[in-house]
Amino acid sequence: PGPEPAVPQSMSPDEDVQRLLIQFRDEAGESLGSPFDVPVTITPDKLQLVCNALLQKDEPVPLAFFVHDAEIVASLEKTLAGQSVETEKVLDIIYQPQAVFRVRAVTRCTSSLEGHSEAVISVAFSPTGKYLASGSGDTTVRFWDLSTETPQFTAKGHRHWVLSIAWSPDGKKLASGCKNGQIFLWDPATGSQIGRVLSGHSKWITCLCWEPLHINPECRYLASASKDGSIRIWDTLVGRCDKILTSHTQSVTCVKWGGDGLLYSSSQDRTIKVWRSQDGVLCRTLQGHAHWVNTMALSTDYVLRTGAFEPAEATINPQDVSGSLAELKDKAQQRYNQVRGQEPERLVSGSDDFTLFLWRPAEDKKPLERMTGHQALINQVLFSPDTRIIASASFDKSIKLWDGRTGKYLMSLRGHVSAVYQISWSADSRLLVSGSSDSTLKVWDAKTKKLAIDLPGHADEVYATDWSPDGQRVASGGKDKCLRM
Amino acid sequence: QPQNEHIELHRKRYGYRLDHHERRRKKEGREAHERSRKAKKMIGLKAKLYHKQRHAEKIQMKKTIKMHEKRNTKQKSDEKTPKGAVPAYLLDREGQSRAKVLSNMIKQKRKEKAGKWEVPVPKVRAQGETEVLKVIRTGKRKKKAWKRMVTKVCFVGDGFTRKPPKYERFIRPMGLRFKKAHVTHPELKATFCLPILGVKKNPSSPLYTTLGVITKGTVIEVNVSELGLVTQGGKVIWGKYAQVTNNPENDGCINAVLLV
Repeated sequence: PGPEPAVPQSMSPDEDVQRLLIQFRDEAGESLGSPFDVPVTITPDKLQLVCNALLQKDEPVPLAFFVHDAEIVASLEKTLAGQSVETEKVLDIIYQPQAVFRVRAVTRCTSSLEGHSEAVISVAFSPTGKYLASGSGDTTVRFWDLSTETPQFTAKGHRHWVLSIAWSPDGKKLASGCKNGQIFLWDPATGSQIGRVLSGHSKWITCLCWEPLHINPECRYLASASKDGSIRIWDTLVGRCDKILTSHTQSVTCVKWGGDGLLYSSSQDRTIKVWRSQDGVLCRTLQGHAHWVNTMALSTDYVLRTGAFEPAEATINPQDVSGSLAELKDKAQQRYNQVRGQEPERLVSGSDDFTLFLWRPAEDKKPLERMTGHQALINQVLFSPDTRIIASASFDKSIKLWDGRTGKYLMSLRGHVSAVYQISWSADSRLLVSGSSDSTLKVWDAKTKKLAIDLPGHADEVYATDWSPDGQRVASGGKDKCLRM
Repeated sequence: QPQNEHIELHRKRYGYRLDHHERRRKKEGREAHERSRKAKKMIGLKAKLYHKQRHAEKIQMKKTIKMHEKRNTKQKSDEKTPKGAVPAYLLDREGQSRAKVLSNMIKQKRKEKAGKWEVPVPKVRAQGETEVLKVIRTGKRKKKAWKRMVTKVCFVGDGFTRKPPKYERFIRPMGLRFKKAHVTHPELKATFCLPILGVKKNPSSPLYTTLGVITKGTVIEVNVSELGLVTQGGKVIWGKYAQVTNNPENDGCINAVLLV
């Protein structure tokens, strides 16, 4: 039996209140402490006190409690009202630790940054939130100063539209791919090019992805996917192509570098291929979609993007993560293990056939779940940073939320009046921002599953949105050539 | 006026005048001056017509000269990045302008009301009875001619059994019965060999529809469970319509396009 929980006095005296035996369990199913007696009118705050005492952590962690997949909001009695309760058996209450920090909803547009002479196609914050980069149809990549919200550097070099940009996990390099199939590397501190142009692809670059920090703290390798159906792994220190992975018969739409040494690529030929990143050997082909696979998301996406940066430690003025390579690697590895837990990575893929599939690519060729319900093609899927919710943005003007572990449908978020292009989660997984072709952005609350704030202001379609990893800002760019913060 | 080749004949026989070539050269040299003298002196309607024609000629000349000049010099190709930048996820998709979307919606509503549907092969040549059905003569003296044999490819269902031969009016030969069709998905541009479920409509005649005759333009129903399509409710789609695009009796196979 565990240590005696500190039960407040007000709980004990009532004789005629029904009492229940409860057992705390975590998400993986392991039990915490031993079953004990509580009155049915207990509230989540008291449950939190008890649970924190059992967890014996230094600081109290905010928790959410679930009984049979229903969250306990007011009191245990109200949650059980609709369900049949057997007072003889022990009731399992599942607790979920929430993020310690809270991100406040972005409410207003602080500035409209003009400078690009053509539509802004891609926007990305660096992993620590210190720099902001945007790629545009006028072939330049611009770096913006976040403290003054003015342009900082303009990186010229590309000869066609800059389709995709990706920050290295240590925040020291930015890779950008263009419609001619060339990749440039830039230094955010000076705005100048690093090394040589990486060319080799014959058609345009659809997606770029760096190797995770915990595998290699130098951030050396970069994977690029292209319309020509091949994936190239580049060595950025030497400036040449290391491996070419060819197997897809049509355009590769997305590539993700997983944290377990596997590379995932989705393509218009309706398949997703799993490769070993060590030697570039094809491990598995995941089939099931009936049309192009547009997008993929990994459950550990967010932690791989931020590397060694911990959003809870963010300061008002974002700084680079300091420390030697070994320290960074350790930190990144710790954070990765924490998010991943005991199970292997999960992958969700969205396609033109209006459905999503949830896979466990490291183990199985068969999908875990097929998620249907959308009425038009799915443009982007994202796991929330705590991997509990999957959000999918579709051209049918809605965003659907699904459970991150089982793929069960949770809720539809409606409000946009035309296709939803891109979405982005806040660092604490409580808020979701979505940009659409109706020129507005909407901030949704993931807890209440309702619209929190509407952000109008763009003059034309919003092509790209991003929430900074420290939660302070949201950047969005679109067809009206200006970037809004 | 002399109509024959006597000048050429004379030249062949006796050759040219001794000063012929020089005279010719000088005459050609004078031509420019002659032309301008005439142009200056011309008046009236004749002048108008002549000047108009001459103007057009000069423009053509200038163009050809410019072209020749361009050919000799090497020009750096003008690299102007095209307008209309779109993100990677919109690149392979044709964007529809908003006005077009609205007008499309209205058009579709009107078509639904009228009962007209868009199919890949809208008009086909109507096939007459003499083409599709061949007369079979029966009887002791081969005088009776009430039997017909289908000369085109047809589909009979799984549980098909012939009527007793003495009474069957339409004969569908086994050699012309097909069960599978090569169906192309118009967007994916991929072709699959799918089993046929039935003949929905033959554009030539409802008689052919009931018989199961498949000709160009026929709408057939195929089993698409292989493709893995799913409705928004989560149910698997297993039958879809496709329209035949070739003449199966000539090719020996049925090619169709899926109607999405």
